[in-house]
Amino acid sequence: MILAVAWRNIWRNKTRSLVILIAICLGLASGIFYMAFYKGMVVQRINTAIKTEASHIQVHHKEYLNNPDKKFVISNTDSAVQIIRSNEHVKAISSRVIINTMAQSAKTGAGVKITGINPEEEKQVTNLSTKLIEGTYFEKVKRNPIVIGEELANKLNVKLKSKVVVTLQDMQGNLTGAAFKVEGIFRTSNTAFDEASVFVRKSDISRIMQLDNQASHEIAILLDKNENLASTNTSLTEELSTLDIKTWREIMPEVSLVESSFGITMFVFIGIILLALLFGIINTMLMAVLERKKELGMLMAVGLNKTRVFTMILLETVMLSLVGGLFGIALGWLLTFYFGYQGIDLGTWSTAYESMGFDTLVYTQLPFYVSMQIALMVIITGIIAAIYPALKALKLKPAEAIRIDL
Amino acid sequence: MNVIEVKDLKKIYNSTEVKVNALNGIDLTIEKGEFTAIVGPSGSGKTTFLNMLGGLDSPTSGDINIGGTEIGKLSSSKLIDFRLQNIGFVFQAYNLIPVLTALENVEFIMQMQGVDKKQRQQRAKDLLIQVGLGDRINSRPSKLSGGQQQRVAVARALASKPTFVLADEPTANLDSKSTENLLSMMEELNKQEEITFIFSTHDQRVVNKAHRVITLEDGKIISDDRKNG
Repeated sequence: MILAVAWRNIWRNKTRSLVILIAICLGLASGIFYMAFYKGMVVQRINTAIKTEASHIQVHHKEYLNNPDKKFVISNTDSAVQIIRSNEHVKAISSRVIINTMAQSAKTGAGVKITGINPEEEKQVTNLSTKLIEGTYFEKVKRNPIVIGEELANKLNVKLKSKVVVTLQDMQGNLTGAAFKVEGIFRTSNTAFDEASVFVRKSDISRIMQLDNQASHEIAILLDKNENLASTNTSLTEELSTLDIKTWREIMPEVSLVESSFGITMFVFIGIILLALLFGIINTMLMAVLERKKELGMLMAVGLNKTRVFTMILLETVMLSLVGGLFGIALGWLLTFYFGYQGIDLGTWSTAYESMGFDTLVYTQLPFYVSMQIALMVIITGIIAAIYPALKALKLKPAEAIRIDL
Repeated sequence: MNVIEVKDLKKIYNSTEVKVNALNGIDLTIEKGEFTAIVGPSGSGKTTFLNMLGGLDSPTSGDINIGGTEIGKLSSSKLIDFRLQNIGFVFQAYNLIPVLTALENVEFIMQMQGVDKKQRQQRAKDLLIQVGLGDRINSRPSKLSGGQQQRVAVARALASKPTFVLADEPTANLDSKSTENLLSMMEELNKQEEITFIFSTHDQRVVNKAHRVITLEDGKIISDDRKNG
């Protein structure tokens, strides 16, 4: 019956209760929606990192990542690829030749990272071929085709069929170069990537560098799903012990940090919202207790002990918080669901976001377990908010509280 | 059989500026089935005495024995439990929990005592019928008149099967007709069930109905009149 009393007491002053309920609802809904927005951005960044830039796992010569010199090659690429392919979680593999050098157009030059690829292999591992905004993906140009990013194309002032000259040192240390014809121009959500990356056929760049056909600087691996990352990494590390095996988390630690900080960011953000709401709840409950002094005094006089008084106020506070919390969670989810379908166009801030590799059209999303965590945080907030009003009630002396001034 | 025995009861309030002797040695016994009014002017110690009897305050010295228990020496938590089990209260106002129905208000005490649901619902219904509110059991206090609310309060006070019922100015907020009805009902209960009622009152109508009138002044009993019949 104390439960019934606590529940009904919430609705004694409907206006006051509604004000605090709406505050809790809107506060939490905003918090949840913001977290869903943040999560959507994080997930999209990770997908971009995997699908466009790093893949799930990369294999290199042991020295390569510390010192990306062209001499640090995987000498027997086919043999390594065979071993990798035998892993059940490996979906696709692409071997690459990589060199950092200068690219020149008629107007100007820029430092670039040339990635020599087997186009058909690369198509299975990355989605670069789907990012073309002009031209084709190694289909038409027969001799030395090159695919470059839109930012670089603008910088070099080149367009389709333009010539781009690449100057580099071959494996013997001799300065050499070659002219490439722009076959395709791509745009990803990462402008930094678009400005610095060019793609050529592996056979072309290997020939220019006088690199052995079997040699490559990098093997990129796409898995069936991200959840198998750790186990596959462990397995390949054992099987390819002479090579360096790294996951995308190790190759792109800044992206990994964004992902791993989601949980703590959510707790802190929602915690701040609930802390602000805490004082509103305390105020509401304190008013409720003080205006019911005589009623509480009567109850204590007839035999309601301190534990029951405390429980009654605690239940009332927790239920008030939970009702607002549940509506807030529901509203937050509704918004998340809607914008998860529609997307949010960041429009005005697109340049800034793209420079950091984030998509400008964000689809909100949030794991379901987050709702449970937030509901728990709401309950804890209610419990904390109840303490002061409940202690105030316990200090009442029944004889004084029920006295009527005649 | 003595329901209440009070021996040399004293209460002194020590404030920072002045010492107040609210009760100056009260000796009193009340038997089962009494219908007693305690009267006295403001400052007579009536409220203090009632607080002592009701276990809402502790004496400075002296004994209060209720149903064989020395309540003056009980801790505050034990006093709360003692009140729940032994004393029924009817106050001048704020008797009822506004968000509960008449039935639930009467049940509330029994639930605190741990009575099972079926039993307490039945007893609550029976008590409300007994006080003439059988047709209003599902009404909340806001839907009841002042007199009806006090009847519910009486039913609630009786629900716990108390040693006695302490009624503090129960008629103060009622019109004459409601007062008459309430007092008649309580008198009937007193006769039929031998329930002990102790009233604190300024109301002459209550004094007229009482079988015993104890008058306090300056913290002492100055008269103790029993009426015949």
